[in-house]
Amino acid sequence: MSMIVNAELAARFGLSAEEYQKVLDIMGRVPSLTELGIFSVMWSEHCSYKSSRVHLKTLPTKAPWVIHGPGENAGVVDIGDGLAAVFKMESHNHPSFIEPYQGAATGVGGILRDVFTMGARPVANLNALRFGDPSLPVTQRVIDGVVRGIGGYGNCVGVPTVGGEINFHPAYNGNPLVNAMTVGIASQDKIFLSAAAGIGNPVVYVGSKTGRDGIHGATMSSAEFDEHAASKRPTVQVGDPFTEKLLIEACLELMATDAIVAIQDMGAAGLTSSAVEMAGKGGVGIELDLDHVPQRETGMTAYEMMLSESQERMLMVLKPERTDVARAIFEKWDLDFAIVGVLTDTAHITVKHLGKVEADIPLAPLADEAPLYHRPMTHAEPPARLGTVADPAGVEHALLTLLGCPDLASRAWVWNQYDSGVGGQTARRPGAADAAIVRVEGTKRGLAMTTDCTPRYCQADPRAGGAQAVAEAWRNITATGALPLAVTDNLNFGNPEKPEIMGQFADAIKGMGEACRALDFPVVSGNVSLYNQTSHPSGLSQPILPTPAIGAIGVIEDVTKAIGLGMPDHAELVLIGEIRGELGQSLWLREICHREEGAPPVVDLHAERRNGDFVRRMIAKGCVEACHDIADGGLLVAVAEMVMASGVGCHLDKPHYGTSLHAYYFGEDQACYVIATKHAAALIDEAEKAHVPVRHLGRTGGTHLVLKDGMSLSAERMREVNAAFFPKLMER
Amino acid sequence: MKAGIVVFPGTNRERDMEQALRLVSGKAPTMLWHRDTSLPDLDLIVLPGGFSFGDYLRSGAMGAHSPILREVRAFAERGGYVLGVCNGFQILTEAQLLPGALLRNAGMRFLSQDGYLRVENSDTAFTRDWAKGDVFRAPLAHGDGNYTASEAELDRLEGEDRVAFRYVCAKGGLDATSRISNPNGSQRSIAGILSANKRVCGLMPHPENLVDPDLGATDGVPLFSGLVKSLVA
Repeated sequence: MSMIVNAELAARFGLSAEEYQKVLDIMGRVPSLTELGIFSVMWSEHCSYKSSRVHLKTLPTKAPWVIHGPGENAGVVDIGDGLAAVFKMESHNHPSFIEPYQGAATGVGGILRDVFTMGARPVANLNALRFGDPSLPVTQRVIDGVVRGIGGYGNCVGVPTVGGEINFHPAYNGNPLVNAMTVGIASQDKIFLSAAAGIGNPVVYVGSKTGRDGIHGATMSSAEFDEHAASKRPTVQVGDPFTEKLLIEACLELMATDAIVAIQDMGAAGLTSSAVEMAGKGGVGIELDLDHVPQRETGMTAYEMMLSESQERMLMVLKPERTDVARAIFEKWDLDFAIVGVLTDTAHITVKHLGKVEADIPLAPLADEAPLYHRPMTHAEPPARLGTVADPAGVEHALLTLLGCPDLASRAWVWNQYDSGVGGQTARRPGAADAAIVRVEGTKRGLAMTTDCTPRYCQADPRAGGAQAVAEAWRNITATGALPLAVTDNLNFGNPEKPEIMGQFADAIKGMGEACRALDFPVVSGNVSLYNQTSHPSGLSQPILPTPAIGAIGVIEDVTKAIGLGMPDHAELVLIGEIRGELGQSLWLREICHREEGAPPVVDLHAERRNGDFVRRMIAKGCVEACHDIADGGLLVAVAEMVMASGVGCHLDKPHYGTSLHAYYFGEDQACYVIATKHAAALIDEAEKAHVPVRHLGRTGGTHLVLKDGMSLSAERMREVNAAFFPKLMER
Repeated sequence: MKAGIVVFPGTNRERDMEQALRLVSGKAPTMLWHRDTSLPDLDLIVLPGGFSFGDYLRSGAMGAHSPILREVRAFAERGGYVLGVCNGFQILTEAQLLPGALLRNAGMRFLSQDGYLRVENSDTAFTRDWAKGDVFRAPLAHGDGNYTASEAELDRLEGEDRVAFRYVCAKGGLDATSRISNPNGSQRSIAGILSANKRVCGLMPHPENLVDPDLGATDGVPLFSGLVKSLVA
C-alpha cells in the first residue's frame, strides 16, 4: 500500500475530506506520515467521541460521593473509610469478532489498566456479552473464543470475574459485543491522574515492548464491518496477562512511593493517545525520542511505533530525582523501563527518531479543533402498546420453555470457566444474588456490582430502554441490600452517520439521564462504541440492537447482611410492586409466540425509587431472607430462579387477577421484587405505611414450585432444563 | 506457627493464603521472593496458587527452577513442612518433591466451581483436624489439575497411605469416571497427595478461599488449624 501523504491516504486512514483540510490548516503544510497517523487516530470516533460528545454532556455526572467523573481513565467514588471504588466499562467489540480469544482477552487487559492506572488494585471483573443466533457455527466459535479469552486473561492476572450478562439476538450475528468492566479499590488520598506537569520532567515508558500489532486498531473500530472483516486480523492486538500481572504489582509498588507525577495506560492509539492526552491535559509540551522505546521487532518506523497498540504498556511522568527508585521496582518485576522523553514548554508534541523529527504537532489545535458533529437524527414513533394476546401454551410449558431459552438458561457453563474466587473476598459468586458482592479487604464493607441492559426494549423504544437499563442496574444492587452509588456506561450502537441510529443514540441517552437523575445514580465513566453494523455484499447494512450497557456499583456497610436468591424453608413470599402484566417485548412473547412486538414495559421512576428504597430499608432491618427483582421472563421466572438457587420449593397463592393469568406470570413489569421473609406481617404493614404496593405471594417449603391450578415442578427438574442450553450448544 | 509464602512472578493467590493463615493462626506469614537464596526461621513453607511465569511452558515448570526452590528442597529434606496449593502443587511435582504430574483438565477447559474432597488419611499435620472419610467443600480454580502418575506410582501412593484427598460428589460418592464426582479427570480421583514422610502436601483445590465465616463458609479451616496444632508445639 502506498504511503504517500495525500487526501487519498487520509481517507484510507478514516479522515473525511473536510477533516483532512483541517489538518492541512493546522499544520500549514502537508503532514508527514507519522503526523497524519497521529491526527487520524486522535480524530477517530473511538478516541474523539466526535459524534457522541454533544449527547454525553447531558448525562448527570455529579454527586457528593463522586470524586472523579468522566474525563479520567475511570470513575472514582467514595465508599467510606477513606477508600474509593474506581471503575469503568469498555468495549472490545470489533476485535472480538475478528479474533474472539485475543479480542476479548485484550478487552479485559485494557479495562484493568484503566483502573490500576489510577492507583486502584483491581478487585473484580464483569462482562456484558451479546452474541448472535446461537444455532450459527460462527456464533459458537465466537462464544468459545470470547469465554476462553476472558477466562484466560482474568484467571491468570488474578482478578476474579464475578458477574455480567449474556444475551443472544440475530442482530449481533456479524458484530458481537464484548463489554468488559473492572472495579478497583484505592485509598482516596492516593488517586493518580494523567495530567502531565513539570517542564523538564522525564517521560517514562514501562511494561511490554512495542511491536507491530494493533496498528490502526482505533481506526478499525471506527468503521462498519464488511465481508472482508477477516483481513483486519493484523489490527487485533495480542494479550499477555502474565506481563499485565507484573505491571499491576510494579505500578502499585511504585504508587506507594511519591515518584509519580502523572500516569496513563497506552490503550487505543497507544503511545500517541497517552502522550497527547497527558501533555494536553497538563497544558505542557512533550518530546519523545523513539530511539529509546523498547522494541520487539527490528526496523520499526516512527509511524509504526506511534500507532502500535501493543498491550501491557504504560506511560508515566516521574519526579526526576525518583527515577532510580522507579527503575529498581520495574527491574525487580522483569519489566522494561525506559526514559523516552521529556516535558517541554513548546505546547507541541515532537517525535524524534534516528536523529530526525518525524512529527511536530501543536497540541491545542489537535484537541480543540478535533471534529465535533451534531449529526442529523430521525426518531421512530414508539410502538403501540401490545393488545391482548391469547395464551397458546399454558403456564407450565411456557415456564419450562423460558427457563431453557438462550437468554434465561443457566450461565454456569460460562461462569465456571472464570475464576470468581481469587483474591479471597468474593462474598456472592455469579448467580447467587442479583448483583455480585465483593468484600473490601480489611473492612466489613461489601461492593455490589452488576451490568444490565435489555436491548430488545431499546430497539422498540430507545428512551424507555435507556431508562430501563439504568433502573434494572439500580434494582439489582438494591436487591442485595446495597446502596447504589454510580454508573459506568458502555454505549454500543450502529453507524452514527445514519440518522435513525443517531436518533436511537440520543433517545437512549435521554432515558438514561432521566433515570440517573431520578435515582441519584450519576454516570462517572464510560465508553462509546459506534459503527456496530455489518454491511453485506447485497448493500444491506445490519445494525446491532441499540445496547447501552450499564455497569453499576453500590456499597453495603456489612457484607454479612447482603441478601441473595437462596430462600430458607418456612418463609413467606411477598411481592413488592405492581403487576400489570406487561407482555410487550417480553421474552414470553418472543419465545412462546415468536413475536417481537409492542411497547416495552413502562418505567415509572418514582415507583422504582420508592419501592427500591423500601426494599433496601427492610433488608437493613433484617426483615428479608432472600430477594430477587422481576426482570426477563417475569414473576414466575423470578420465583423459579429463587427455587433453583436454593433447592427450596414454594407454594404460590391464587393469582390476583387484574390481567390474564399468563400476563400476570410472565409480564416483565418494572420496579418489582420478590422477597422471602420471616416477618411477613410486619413487612406488609411497613409497606402499606410507606404507600408501597405489596401483596402476599406464597410460602416456601418442600422441593417443588407449586401453583394453585395444580402445576408442580421440582427444583431439580427446573435446574435440569435450565442447565441444558450451554453444554448442549458448546460441548458437542 | 511461623509460615512463609513464596511469591513467584505471576503468583496470584498469595493474598488469599496470607489472609487464611493470619485468620486461623493469628499470625501474619512472611512473604518470600522467588529469587531469595536463603530462608528465615520457618515451620511451614507455602507455595500458593497462580500462574508462575505465566505458565506458558508446562504449569509450574519455570517456577520449579527458581532459586528459592533449592532452599525449599533443602527445607523439605531437613523434615520441614511444605504445602503446595494449585500452582504450588504443580511446582512441587515439577520439582519432584511430589510424584506425578498435573495435565490439562479432562474437559480441556478451566474449571472454577465448588469441589468436594474426601479426607483419605487424617494422620498428618495437614489433615489431623478432619476425620478419615470426612467430606468438605473446596473451590476448584484450575486449567491443569488432572493428576496423573504411573500405575506403579499410584499403587505405591495408595500403599503408603499418601493420598491425602480425593474428589467426590457433594454427598460423598466416589466415581473416577464421572465429571461430577471427579471434575478434572484425575486418576483414581486424586486431589491431593503427601510425600513419603507426610510433611510435604500438594492439592489442587483452594481451602484458603473458605476460611472466613463473614464470607459464608469455613470448610477449609481444618487444614490450617491442624497445621497450627502440629507446628506451634
